[in-house]
Amino acid sequence: MKKYFPTALALCAVAAILLTLRAPQHSGEYDITGFGGLPTLVNGRVKPLDTVARTTLLMLQGRQRVTMPDGGSLTPAEWLLEVFFRPDLADTYQVFEIVQPDLLGLLSLGPTEGAGGKRFSLRQMSPKLGELERQARLADGVETALRTTFQRAAIQLRSSILLYQELQVSLLPPGNHAFFTEMGRLEQMLPAIAAGRAPKPGDGTTDATLLLELATTFATMERAVYLHPVTLEGSGGPTDWKTFGGAWSQAVATGRIAPAAQAFVALGRAWHGRDPESFNRTVGAQRASLVRSMPAVMNRCGVEFRFNSAQPFYSAATVYVIALLFGVVSWLRWGDVLGRSAMGLMLVAFGVSTAGILTRMWLESRPPVTNLYSSALFVGWAAVLLCLILERLYRNGIGSVAGGVIGFATLVIAHHLALGGDTMEMMRAVLDSNFWLATHVVTIAIGYSATFLAGFLALIYVLRGVLTRSLDAATASSLARMIYGIVCFATLFSFVGTILGGIWADQSWGRFWGWDPKENGALLIVLWNAILLHARWGGYVQARGLAVLALFGNIVTAWSWFGVNMLGVGLHSYGFMDAAFWALVIFVASQLAVIMIAALPVARWRSFRGQRASRGAQIP
Amino acid sequence: MSTTTRPLPPRLVQETLLDLRDFVVSMKLTLVLLGFSMVLVFAATLDQVNLGIWAVQEKYFRSFLVSTQVGSVVVPVFPGGYLVGGLLLINLVAAHFYRFALTWRKAGIQLVHFGLIILLVGELLTGLWQEDAHLRLNQGETKNYAESFREFEVVLSDVTDPAYDEVVAIPIDLIARKAPIQHPKLPFTVDPKSYYPNSTLMSRRGGSTGVAAPGGNAGEQLTAVPQAVTYRPNEDNIPAAIIELTGPEGSLGKWLVSAELPVPQEFSHAGRSWRIALRLKRAYLPVALTLLKFSHDRYAGTEIPKNFSSRLRLATPDGRDDREVLIYMNNPLRYGGRTFYQAGFQNNDRTTVLQVVRNPSWAVPYVACTLMTLGLTLQFCLHLFGFIRKRRTPATSARPVGRPNLA
Repeated sequence: MKKYFPTALALCAVAAILLTLRAPQHSGEYDITGFGGLPTLVNGRVKPLDTVARTTLLMLQGRQRVTMPDGGSLTPAEWLLEVFFRPDLADTYQVFEIVQPDLLGLLSLGPTEGAGGKRFSLRQMSPKLGELERQARLADGVETALRTTFQRAAIQLRSSILLYQELQVSLLPPGNHAFFTEMGRLEQMLPAIAAGRAPKPGDGTTDATLLLELATTFATMERAVYLHPVTLEGSGGPTDWKTFGGAWSQAVATGRIAPAAQAFVALGRAWHGRDPESFNRTVGAQRASLVRSMPAVMNRCGVEFRFNSAQPFYSAATVYVIALLFGVVSWLRWGDVLGRSAMGLMLVAFGVSTAGILTRMWLESRPPVTNLYSSALFVGWAAVLLCLILERLYRNGIGSVAGGVIGFATLVIAHHLALGGDTMEMMRAVLDSNFWLATHVVTIAIGYSATFLAGFLALIYVLRGVLTRSLDAATASSLARMIYGIVCFATLFSFVGTILGGIWADQSWGRFWGWDPKENGALLIVLWNAILLHARWGGYVQARGLAVLALFGNIVTAWSWFGVNMLGVGLHSYGFMDAAFWALVIFVASQLAVIMIAALPVARWRSFRGQRASRGAQIP
Repeated sequence: MSTTTRPLPPRLVQETLLDLRDFVVSMKLTLVLLGFSMVLVFAATLDQVNLGIWAVQEKYFRSFLVSTQVGSVVVPVFPGGYLVGGLLLINLVAAHFYRFALTWRKAGIQLVHFGLIILLVGELLTGLWQEDAHLRLNQGETKNYAESFREFEVVLSDVTDPAYDEVVAIPIDLIARKAPIQHPKLPFTVDPKSYYPNSTLMSRRGGSTGVAAPGGNAGEQLTAVPQAVTYRPNEDNIPAAIIELTGPEGSLGKWLVSAELPVPQEFSHAGRSWRIALRLKRAYLPVALTLLKFSHDRYAGTEIPKNFSSRLRLATPDGRDDREVLIYMNNPLRYGGRTFYQAGFQNNDRTTVLQVVRNPSWAVPYVACTLMTLGLTLQFCLHLFGFIRKRRTPATSARPVGRPNLA
């Protein structure tokens, strides 16, 4: 039993993860799955509508599920359909997260009126939208770095509302309740227009008036440029896409309409009129036609849709936590079997995140790290890889625990970074270089992982030594050797990465080094690792001192990775974010606290009590 | 060391020297200096929010002491980049040669430190030698000079002969001293009466804000109002000066010159025509560049920039080179010891801004980094192989890995 338990556990985890990969089935009457897989161009990238729905919801409310006023819930794609085709109803869904108290006050809303105490509907905000716009305008005039939290929240809420409204008017003109009837009439007129017999404004017929009105409507809708869901006849490349309004504007003039634009009208009519049969028929026909005309695009969208619904990083995070728990308990009891179980689970979680990262790389045709989000995924991945190697070498559960903590923590960080929008965004001009992304960025990220790993090993050293009696002499010395080895590795990668960055800067900005905040951050890591190694070589620190220095390395790395982006200055500020400021402060405080604990006299360390005679000399 | 007149006992001198040597090569000094560097770099990063990147470089890195203003007194608070870097260099060089030993085991470490010495020296040389300037070109425009980012000059040109101009450029630092300046090519003395590092031009009479015609004296219609010097990355300082020209027969008049005035002001003196202007300092290039086309590519359906590129015609005065070149992001042009980068664009994509960098020591960091990377890799591999060998040989005896002693 004991012998097979770790394998059986790992197999269970694999089976559970495979279940998430099943093709998503639509449970209700409507073929939501088919609709969610339809491609569209947004922000320069062709992606499934499902991704648009999910990223929009993450940006608006920080989660993908929508709770309806009656307590039921909607999938992201269903919500998107409601926004597109039943806008009045969609306005009552509470999908805007507002937590800033002053902003709530401004909107005359209280936490009790919101779903979960923080999510509100557009309908609830509507009386105060003018005032919100005024506040956001006032805040626009203030430099980004100097804005107050209220001003930032106001600007963010305004941009959320604008995004939402832009989606709403992408496929349906606001306030026109007869739109689908009118579109039916227009579709009947198309052959006549194509033949050059379009009704003229001078005719005075209702058709002529209708045509004029629709032309104006489409011209207005064309201004909503977020969504380009209409494919022209082509390969599906990024230039072959049009907005709905743009496609119909052309139709009014030429009488020819792209089938995709017509399909969206039919979908809208069916969803608006609650006609599942017609909806499903249109989705099926549209998908079949797209698969014929652009198989590669549909294949990519299919994979991305599956990737979205499987949420591999969520699965990986769960398994990391379980592995972490097994690892910690293995130090106290049933060491061997739990240690091996933890290692097995780590392997499974690592495999899942590897697959996730590879899928993202394939979807983007990019190296693994392209933005802050993917840097979090990759930093975690590389640290876990190092942990697996350590665990293979030392087999003492330390690799599993450190890997579990870092793996889980980086995925949580990644989750929060995903709230900024689509995580597979297009690369700005200077970054559009797969060579440098693959070398400089990846090397730097490995440097971050290794520095963090050294810090977490130090954390284990201190907490286990002070709080438990489980840190025996052999474990303590192997931990110290691990920390030292990982710091050497970190120094190598941080340094080479920084240098590669210098070369890239020399190639694109004309200077090797410019004291830009991000460059300074990388330099700080290199300097700190150099201090650590010199202190060790000079004999100024032993195991405990090394652990303390490595702990401070966590602070330096966190600063370099996120802190400098919060300054909002410099050439690297494309990764700007400020919401995580408090998280960073808390992290730094926690590391300082552990450093204080480490400073307790060795006699107070539970593990070393009574061993003074033998160990004291080595652990000053 | 000894400044006293009485000779010190030889043993004391020797001991002092040995102490000094031990101090200079000590690792403690290295650690302290590395610590100082971290504090310096961290503070400089934070201060960029207030000062902007250029002022921060001057204040923290290109200085011996970082000073702060307490009331009206300037108090040095921290060693600056030159001091910390210089001491680190001395410590590094001393330790490197003192501890130098030609063994395999130390080869990696030696290489790293040798590379670091070269890197620090290279950065010093870059600081001393590197010149960078902007080259702004409108569609179809040809220029054979680049303009400094922030440095200005006052130029006086004798334009009497239509075939050539005789130009005397006075660096703005000399103007800022407000002392009379004489030059053999100038038949008058240039006497700066006032100088404002940043200013804005205002009309003297409330109504018309028109800028002076090229022939007239701007000072008759306009006046310069001093402004606080700005360090923000997206704002420029606009210097202005009032300059009196004095010939042998007395004053020729006073001129208001400002970087805001679009054209030079003209005047005549002793039968010759002159122009006076305050403009960005020019650096002449060995080549003339013409902008054929600037392209600003965006991702479809967005405003996200995908690429910026400038197609240029490059021609040398001697006619040896006359060809088209394309500069785009991550792909600069290297020509005649200078590197031309795509730096920006203006004027609705009709003007390209190129950065022109001349740095004779540009290759030094590459050499240094190659050495250091080699050294680190070597060192790391030596450690790794040593570790693996140690684990292999006493494979069983080194394996009593501590399972919990609580069970």
